[in-house]
Amino acid sequence: MSTDYYREGDPVADTKAPEGPIAERWEQRRFSGRLVNPANRRKLRVIVVGTGLAGASAAATLGELGYRVANYCFQDSARRAHSIAAQGGINAAKNYRNDGDSVHRLFYDTVKGGDFRSRESNVHRLAEVSTEIIDQCVAQGVPFAREYGGLLDNRSFGGAQVSRTFYARGQTGQQLLLGAYQALQRQVAAGTVDLHTRHEMLELVIVDGKARGIIVRDLVTGEISTELADAVVLATGGYGNVFFLSTNAKGCNVTASWRAHRKGAYFANPCYTQIHPTCIPQSGDHQSKLTLMSESLRNDGRVWVPAKRGDDRHPADIPEAERDYYLERRYPAFGNLVPRDIASRAAKVACDEGHGVGPGGLGVYLDFADAIKRLGKKAVEARYGNLFDMYERITGENPYERPMRIYPAVHYTMGGLWVDYDLSSNIPGLFVTGEANFSDHGANRLGASALMQGLSDGYFVLPNTISDYLADGPFEALDEDHEAVVAARREVEDRIAFFLNNDGDRTVDSFHRELGKIMWEYCGMERTDEGLRKAIGLIRDLKDEFYKRVKVTGKAEELNQQLEKAGRVADFFELGELMCIDALHRTESCGGHFRAESQTEDGEARRDDERFSYVAAWEYGGEEPVLHKEALEFEYVKPTQRSYK
Amino acid sequence: MKLSLRIWRQPDAATKGEMVSYEIDEVSEDASFLEMLDVLNERLIAEGGDPVAFDHDCREGICGACSLVIDGQPHGPQAATTTCQLHMRKFRDGDQIDIEPWRAGAFPVVKDLVVDRSAFDQIIQAGGYISAPTGTAPDAHAVPIPKQDADAAFAAAACIGCGACVAACPNGSGMLFMGAKVAHLGLTPQGQPERATRVLGMVAAHDEAGFGGCTNVGECAAACPKEIGLDVIGQLNRDFRKAAARAA
Repeated sequence: MSTDYYREGDPVADTKAPEGPIAERWEQRRFSGRLVNPANRRKLRVIVVGTGLAGASAAATLGELGYRVANYCFQDSARRAHSIAAQGGINAAKNYRNDGDSVHRLFYDTVKGGDFRSRESNVHRLAEVSTEIIDQCVAQGVPFAREYGGLLDNRSFGGAQVSRTFYARGQTGQQLLLGAYQALQRQVAAGTVDLHTRHEMLELVIVDGKARGIIVRDLVTGEISTELADAVVLATGGYGNVFFLSTNAKGCNVTASWRAHRKGAYFANPCYTQIHPTCIPQSGDHQSKLTLMSESLRNDGRVWVPAKRGDDRHPADIPEAERDYYLERRYPAFGNLVPRDIASRAAKVACDEGHGVGPGGLGVYLDFADAIKRLGKKAVEARYGNLFDMYERITGENPYERPMRIYPAVHYTMGGLWVDYDLSSNIPGLFVTGEANFSDHGANRLGASALMQGLSDGYFVLPNTISDYLADGPFEALDEDHEAVVAARREVEDRIAFFLNNDGDRTVDSFHRELGKIMWEYCGMERTDEGLRKAIGLIRDLKDEFYKRVKVTGKAEELNQQLEKAGRVADFFELGELMCIDALHRTESCGGHFRAESQTEDGEARRDDERFSYVAAWEYGGEEPVLHKEALEFEYVKPTQRSYK
Repeated sequence: MKLSLRIWRQPDAATKGEMVSYEIDEVSEDASFLEMLDVLNERLIAEGGDPVAFDHDCREGICGACSLVIDGQPHGPQAATTTCQLHMRKFRDGDQIDIEPWRAGAFPVVKDLVVDRSAFDQIIQAGGYISAPTGTAPDAHAVPIPKQDADAAFAAAACIGCGACVAACPNGSGMLFMGAKVAHLGLTPQGQPERATRVLGMVAAHDEAGFGGCTNVGECAAACPKEIGLDVIGQLNRDFRKAAARAA
């Protein structure tokens, strides 16, 4: 056992999860949870950090219920949160296709897709709520794709045999977010929500063991201020940018979650990251982010690499016999449509063995020549025209004439702050929704499930569960002179002063890039005991150098984008270390976590249910975090080994 | 490639700004426009200078944060492309490139190339929504919507709220942005009950925020990275006339 980097503490349990038949648990919890009467709601103040799907929907709904809400985002408008970039769609168990779908089937698919590392109770609730989300969004005017009869269209997505995905062309996230954003703006106009854009949460305030507020920085003036409340909700998204290059927006960061973690909130399963197989490869050292190409391309594109290593001929000059269609060869049943993690790892193997194409040999071909021959250029254009255009804009290559080059990239993080069934962290009064929590996707998220979870948490789950906590409020009035508030503010001010006064000579980005390379190399698609140990050492050394040499120009009292980045990268260092420790301790492979030591003879992920059927909830402990295990039990879906052969 | 940049530098809203020249060498033509600015900023920091502030986030053309006027054109020379998706291969070695912020009365400069677009949020607050409190919705199939209406609503709803339309307009008008939302919601059955109050409220907020009026120049639609057409302004005007006549 790798006990040298952590110690084990007491087990943790989800004390809010109801018992009884799974289909009745959510109803039962809604009934057993206490309510707050409407006249008392306006005496209660709730802070919501983040305005993505999980944040905007929660803030709007809590405002509608009559709570006084303060909502924060770092972007210049609530509409720009990164949920806006989600392309594919949103799942719901409507069974509008009459193809055998049901709440139970969506529940089953999601537990299986998560490789049996999520909680059955949570996932079942998600499946139940999914149908209400579609109703809600249609009522808001979200322009989902429709058929000629005027009814909603559906498509199928990876990991499911039914068509249950609702979509709005390739911009589903945008349309759902605008729906939530508009609901939020309605509450701003109604005076129930105070919305603060261009503000970043930099610390959590805890008084007498309860989350009671946050410290924020106004990103335009640099002013540090305090917001106090009866409860705090973090809806601050995922941490994929620890890899520097990812499909996340540039501003996505872990700071709000990490500050809460440092104050005692457990961070669960940090090593579970999802790597998306179809992204546009890196073109050089200037690369600042990676762009996802919708997975739907694999329906008609064929993946291949030159059979000969280092073959740098033009793809058109490589004859059929000298091409290796490795997915079709290795997985004859599913071919190019194997799940995301398998397709990603197979691309890495091909490139590691020297068959990669494009700059640095980090790419594989996704070829539409056969599809164009079979369907005609027009039909291919109708299906994928916008994606082909986007590819050409970025690479300067025409995918109708030359196969696309693709490579996997970090896309989503399943881990996050630990929450119970009520979405409460282990700190009373601190709730966590959306990608920022860990709860519903287990070790791997199915396509079109992120939007579902964000909106489920924000519209339907949190507004129902938070009342049980708020029923004890309003809590003791606080003022800004309280010692806990003063101390939290001082921490923030000291950190800012440190960065601005540090006599360094290296930019924040140069450190972030280097950290990202370490994470990608050793804690990316494939992880080993040796590599992870090495990574922990490298991260610690780089972190020391960061504090010695980082250079931040400008002042505190102005718009200072370098200062913003410095604080975020500092937190990424600590998170990266914890991700490696989590990945090291979990010696099994599961979902998005692939340990080279734990694979089948065919190179597939091999779980170890005997030893690892638990959630790893980490308590902050500096260089020696404390592991609390939450045992997972499966009453309805029996764990099996996946096979896509 | 080697480029001469002239960039608008302005420390804050209260201080007067100016164009400042920078030479930059060894720019990869595969880099995006914003990555070219990243490289410049890394150099400026290393030299102890103040990096150029600009808004950006998703860098894939959907969040609407990026907002540069490049050689006089909002989002630069490539049609239907946001600044973040513009790549350096669209420029030539030796080019001189002017980079400025959105310029409009309703979008004051915050710093360098960053402007304040909160006036757009105020327009939405004044009616750019359908009142549907959580939990009140009927089944999604209760009201069918003809496909052509749904598609047209989607086309209008594709607006990313970047503000290029305002920056391109000689009057600094926000009519294309506002028209896109009025058209989107007005094309759905759910949007009908509030159709009149919506357009009246939004237009009042638009005027109050300091946006100018529309004189049918059409620069807005030409600059729109999502190719929202002028027809949404026609729709806006029709809805407004009807609602105003009824209110009078």
